Amino acid sequence: MSILIYAEKQNGKVSKGAKELASYARAYADKTGDQVVAVGFSLENPEELFQYGVNKVLNVTNDKLKDFNAFAYSHVIKEAVDKENSKMVLISSSNDSIYAGPIIAQYIDAGYVSNVISLPEDSDHFVVKRKVFTSKGIAYTAILTDKKLLRISKNSFGIAEKAVDGSVEEFNPPVDLSVYDEYKVVNVEKVTGKVPLTDADIIVSAGRGLKGPENWGMIEELADVLGAATACSKPVADLGWRPHQEHVGQTGKQVAPNLYIAVGISGAIQHLAGVNGSKYMVVINNDPEAPFFKAADYGIVGDAFEVVPKLIEKLKAYKANQ
Amino acid sequence: MKILLLMSSVPDTTSKINFTDGDTKFDENGIQWVINPHDEFALTKAMQLKEKHGAELVVLNVGTAKTEPVIRKVLAIGADRAVRIDVEPTDSYFTAVQIADYINKHPEFDLIMAGKESIDFNGGMVHGMAAEMTNKKFVNAVIGFEMKDGNTVEVSREIEGGKETIETTLPLVIGGQKGLVKEEELRIPNMRGIMMARKKPLEVLPAVEAEVRTKIEKFEKPPVKGSIKMIDKDNLDELIDLLHNEAKVI
Ligand SMILES: Cc1cc2nc3c(=O)[nH]c(=O)nc-3n(C[C@H](O)[C@H](O)[C@H](O)COP(=O)(O)OP(=O)(O)OC[C@H]3O[C@@H](n4cnc5c(N)ncnc54)[C@H](O)[C@@H]3O)c2cc1C
Repeated sequence: MSILIYAEKQNGKVSKGAKELASYARAYADKTGDQVVAVGFSLENPEELFQYGVNKVLNVTNDKLKDFNAFAYSHVIKEAVDKENSKMVLISSSNDSIYAGPIIAQYIDAGYVSNVISLPEDSDHFVVKRKVFTSKGIAYTAILTDKKLLRISKNSFGIAEKAVDGSVEEFNPPVDLSVYDEYKVVNVEKVTGKVPLTDADIIVSAGRGLKGPENWGMIEELADVLGAATACSKPVADLGWRPHQEHVGQTGKQVAPNLYIAVGISGAIQHLAGVNGSKYMVVINNDPEAPFFKAADYGIVGDAFEVVPKLIEKLKAYKANQ
Repeated sequence: MKILLLMSSVPDTTSKINFTDGDTKFDENGIQWVINPHDEFALTKAMQLKEKHGAELVVLNVGTAKTEPVIRKVLAIGADRAVRIDVEPTDSYFTAVQIADYINKHPEFDLIMAGKESIDFNGGMVHGMAAEMTNKKFVNAVIGFEMKDGNTVEVSREIEGGKETIETTLPLVIGGQKGLVKEEELRIPNMRGIMMARKKPLEVLPAVEAEVRTKIEKFEKPPVKGSIKMIDKDNLDELIDLLHNEAKVI
């Protein structure tokens, strides 16, 4: 038997999310004795997955399947499940995987659980923990079907290196390519050279306390120094100060970086719901009563326009000494 | 054109989430119910399509009678009629089976719109499963939708770090989200709408059988954070030291 992961690519290479899935699968396989198999599409460096415990990579090399199509990809994943006798399939929480998830579940007749944050518990039946109520609760969820599909919450398990000997196989099952005609991608706009928000290890986020879009220079500089992505609160996106893609919270993106720095954000319940999966949170706010101080790990009471520039200088000095 | 809106009724975003019955049930005490925020974007887009192209808009909810006030709100905003499948939606697959059954019996819908996920169980899968069960094309995380000639539509969806624009055709299922319409375009009911909503048809249908694929055994609250460490604004070296040595994040 095997555990199958869908290894997404980023700029052609194995994505961070794929490494996390491999790490999860490896940790579970060490208990069950299963093989870990990955399926990828035109991965340039499939061998890298061996580092994270993958025994075999099925790499689809058909050029027509290079670009994501939820139906075609789900079909290939089903073929891989059949070929490898996989009982458990793992996908990440990227937009593509969220899109394909329900289709895969139907193709393989699997019980499907999203936002999974733990390995299956040791018990007589299969139970995983998942986030519900936008991170305000955790549900222990049993999957009762023979095949199981898990969507792993980003950065909840982490990446662990555990090298094994692996092999790469070209994998090109027959697929009905007419789905690409019914779904023609006519344009792609992508910000390049920036860390995608949901993949970022560090996020610098700012709110209405910054007063206006012209003041974001220091937020971007702080993010640069830290190699971080930038985010914002909902009103900031609604006011058009920042692009909508940066809006985090209950109605925006859910993020779970290792470090979240909140500048001039009050910490409303809807904001916290999207960010409280972060490992550490720093708050900079001039109001000592701001609710965010109740949720954070480290707090600074002070004017952002004074604290942030100073912090940038200190961090530059710190980085220079490293 | 005929549009079906899949709508879930969810706890208001300010709700404190608690569990009862030995942590096996969500505590509904004191909860205010609202239209799922992601569904609101789909609803407003549906209203715009209805006004521009002329369409019948039907709202479908899988839920017990307690969702009716929220269904009436959708009618007040402008849906023409409502259908409620009378059952407690126990998991996503079960809910999708109910919806798919309705769609298969009413194949006239050109466009089926939902939010990309509901903010209670955050599954993000009901509409995608229903699309697959009814053999329909499907696009998720939709942030743009325009009708072109005939049956052709242009749909944009969010991808990692950007957006992808797709040309496809009706019939289609979409999972909407913020961006599908502008925030300030979101509709709220007015007095006239509320009065009219009372007279609009709300059909209640029995549920169909479905296999139980997943089951929640118990809930817990996320671990509470330890107490915060306050750092003087004139002593930022301490913050850097904590981030490096204690949190080990820089
Ligand atoms: C249905 C619904 C969904 C929502 N979803 C979201 C969501 O997904 N994400 C989200 O973020 N919000 C969401 N909200 C909005 C949320 O309730 C808050 O209104 C919002 O988060 C507040 O944004 P803010 O903290 O930037 O602004 P404010 O609440 O105005 O806070 C600004 C903060 O900046 C501080 N400040 C001011 N000047 C300075 C200075 N010079 N230096 C330092 N600090 C300063 C102030 O003390 C204050 O704490 C939602 C609301 C609703 C009703």
